[in-house]
Amino acid sequence: MYIDPHVHMVSRTTDDYQRMALAGCVAITEPAFWAGYDRSTTQGFHDYFRMLTDFEPRRAAQFGILHHTWLCINPKESEDVGLAREVLSIIPSFLECQTVLGIGEIGLNKNSRNEMTVLEEHIALAMKHRLLILVHTPHLEDKLKGTHLIMDALRNQGADPGRVLIDHVEEHTVRAVLDRGFWAGMTLYPDTKCTPQRAADIFEMHGTDRLWINSAGDWGVSDPLAVPKCQDELRRRGHLLETIRKVSYDNPRTFLSQSGRFSAPERA
Amino acid sequence: MGTPLTKQAVADLYFLEHRAKVLDLAAFLDRFDRASEPGGTDFRVQALTAALGLVLDGQPDRARRVLELWSDRSTEPIERAPMKGALGAMPIDAKDRR
Repeated sequence: MYIDPHVHMVSRTTDDYQRMALAGCVAITEPAFWAGYDRSTTQGFHDYFRMLTDFEPRRAAQFGILHHTWLCINPKESEDVGLAREVLSIIPSFLECQTVLGIGEIGLNKNSRNEMTVLEEHIALAMKHRLLILVHTPHLEDKLKGTHLIMDALRNQGADPGRVLIDHVEEHTVRAVLDRGFWAGMTLYPDTKCTPQRAADIFEMHGTDRLWINSAGDWGVSDPLAVPKCQDELRRRGHLLETIRKVSYDNPRTFLSQSGRFSAPERA
Repeated sequence: MGTPLTKQAVADLYFLEHRAKVLDLAAFLDRFDRASEPGGTDFRVQALTAALGLVLDGQPDRARRVLELWSDRSTEPIERAPMKGALGAMPIDAKDRR
């Protein structure tokens, strides 16, 4: 049994939902992200948000999986600040949807000034509506710098770190994120983020409090079954079932339940 | 929470997997050397070989220190994103001045 709190199902097939259900997936949350190309209009985002709030929950429900979502314009599309502001202006019209948990995945990509501007406006929107925040941290060589810029921006705007999940942490960022009171997510990717083995190492070195795992499965090389594979890695090392359950079910449930909308049961 | 495994168990579980990864790395560097442009190099390959010093130094937190070696260590936002993607490492002599 597990929750995958970060997976981009719009990019995956219905067969993936079926395989995830068979592997014990109870619930997922799907952040808005970059489609692999820049959307050219606000209407394009409007349609994407309809997909996230209408179509995907129904598709997941066919397999008994709860589907919740997060809305934003991804940092990869933040260089066009004008378009970003238009997209931000339509998000409030979707906030009454009971499956919307918050604003995400916001953050930085190349750590540019325009990305910072759009990040700050997303944080302000989340705080105005008292929403949870799911943060994307940059890739590879940009992650260390971007993670610190993001945490500083959140602090400067007065965001409660207990209501912010900073995702894609690795060995060089996890300690700082946890020490500043944020929740942290480890993304299990075959090549470019954490492997299940390294995620298990990080649990062993940094503990299991305020830390979760996710697949971030999307249109690239990724694995929607990465969470159960990490469960298996922890089991293989002899960790207790209670520990495995904490990092793959209880922790995401605890964080996400702060939204008042996340409906996965305490004991599935 | 620590690891429940003994050193023997860690070696039993993971040795063959990492033996293969070392061979992959060795073969990659051989392939790079055999490629055209004799004597040419690439900053990413330089960063990779520089990391091997950390891997072999016998000190803890190797993964963290390798990731830090490959990271942009500047602290101010850049003016404009030059691209969407990332390359995986900074030029070793330019890590602090992007």
